[in-house]
Amino acid sequence: MRLVVDLNRCQGYAQCAFLAPDVFAMHGDEGLLYDPQAEEAQRERLAQAAAACPVQAILVDDLDRDLAGAAEGRDA
Amino acid sequence: MHEVTLDHLKREGRIVVVGASLAGLRAAETIRDKGFTGSLTMIGDEPYEPYDRPPLSKGVLLGKSTAERTALPRRRAIDAEWRLGTAATGLDMAARRVRLADGDEVPYDRLLIATGVRARPWPNAAEGELDGVFVLRTRDDGAALARRLDAGPRRVLVIGAGFTGSEIASACRERGVQVTVAERGDAPLVGALGGVIGAVAAELQRENGVDLRTGVMVTALEGDSTGRVRAAHLSDGTTLECDVVVVSLGAQRNTEWLAGSGLGAGPRGIACDAGCRAFDIRGIVTDDIYVAGDVARSPHPLFGYQFLSLEHWGNAVSQAETAAHNMLSVSTDRRPHIWVPAFWSSQFGVNIKSVGVPSMGSEIMIAQGSLAERRFTGVYGYQGRVIGAVTFDNARWLQFYQQQIETTAPFPVPFPTVDRRPDGHRPVPADFPDPSVPTHGPTITLSGYSPADRRMTFTPAGH
Repeated sequence: MRLVVDLNRCQGYAQCAFLAPDVFAMHGDEGLLYDPQAEEAQRERLAQAAAACPVQAILVDDLDRDLAGAAEGRDA
Repeated sequence: MHEVTLDHLKREGRIVVVGASLAGLRAAETIRDKGFTGSLTMIGDEPYEPYDRPPLSKGVLLGKSTAERTALPRRRAIDAEWRLGTAATGLDMAARRVRLADGDEVPYDRLLIATGVRARPWPNAAEGELDGVFVLRTRDDGAALARRLDAGPRRVLVIGAGFTGSEIASACRERGVQVTVAERGDAPLVGALGGVIGAVAAELQRENGVDLRTGVMVTALEGDSTGRVRAAHLSDGTTLECDVVVVSLGAQRNTEWLAGSGLGAGPRGIACDAGCRAFDIRGIVTDDIYVAGDVARSPHPLFGYQFLSLEHWGNAVSQAETAAHNMLSVSTDRRPHIWVPAFWSSQFGVNIKSVGVPSMGSEIMIAQGSLAERRFTGVYGYQGRVIGAVTFDNARWLQFYQQQIETTAPFPVPFPTVDRRPDGHRPVPADFPDPSVPTHGPTITLSGYSPADRRMTFTPAGH
């Protein structure tokens, strides 16, 4: 699952780092580091983290499998 | 009549997006969200689907992720034909066709140009090709540099102490790698944030073990007999042994492919109106060509209607959405792109964020926190108004200052009830370098005529 955090929005509440510590980690007092491609095993935790973010800064794709880009040719 | 045309465009028109990165992807998603059911073509010179760049100088160099894992999430399926690994090489505005490097031509009814910027290369090509010399802009750059850092270099030299260079130096120190930073200006980040904040950034680097050298230029890179970089020569006469060099001298806009097309494109980007419609070289706005992201420059009412071009992540998203909306709207439904500049950086464990245009500021005052603690909000003033703000580990204040900028609030800021430490009582000069002297590239460029600036005199050329 691919994800991106809008770090303009992020205010370092660290909810994501508590809920999905294998994906998100605080770096210093208010910086955030994250793995932009989380393992499938993290799906549930990642969904919780995205939902819990007070500023809704986390965008995850593929959480709803219907959205998967299967229909679009990713070929060159 | 116009409605009929637009309806036809939405149903079976052809939209081409040149540039398959953040701005291009978000524009494509918005185009489909608006109900466009025609053909959508995404053209990108790199062989990869759209990926995110900020992690390349942070998490990827720290080994927390890899460059291959930075593909951007999709908001929705976009049902596009992808032409990846194929650069656009030309534009025929009259025939409405984009020429590709493989000789193909792609016709369009609406074109969005989001070709962004590339890293400025080391000026001496032979030295730049030495093994161990890198730039950092693309996914391949990030992967190659991360591999080299994994191998445990003896010393890394970073040339240029802007945001990217400083982040690279930070990652090196966090990994225990020896690093020297050579900066032509007086301090890191000085072009974007001025000398007062630059001094804090310099302290931060030195305390973290960076061998920071300011006021110097790298005059030459030297390789060994096998073509690997082994040393750098500096303008102060010293020679520095290093086995990795990262050239971080800012970016260049990808507009060369438009040369001769008649579009108003040049080294500063592609000029467009507030609705993202590109200008042609005669200064006439086009109806069918839009621009978004790092390559665009458009007039902004908050900054004297000067043309503003931004190498900012958030701007790429916002401008792409506005351009996509306007491409599929009648003139009265179009929206202006008046995003307030905002960016972030993360270095040496400190979260640095900014709103507005600090580099327009002539003065700065520390409104919250203190420089000594490296936890503060610095507010920039220009002609008696708040024009920008920067925070070091104090990001929650930024939204407030964004409102101050948007409402052209007075400077110095007059809030007697908020935390104000001794060094914040008075504004001091923000200490930006003379813009006419070259230094590392700022991430904001202001250019063009400001109707608010009465000192401007117009001198016709060539007489």
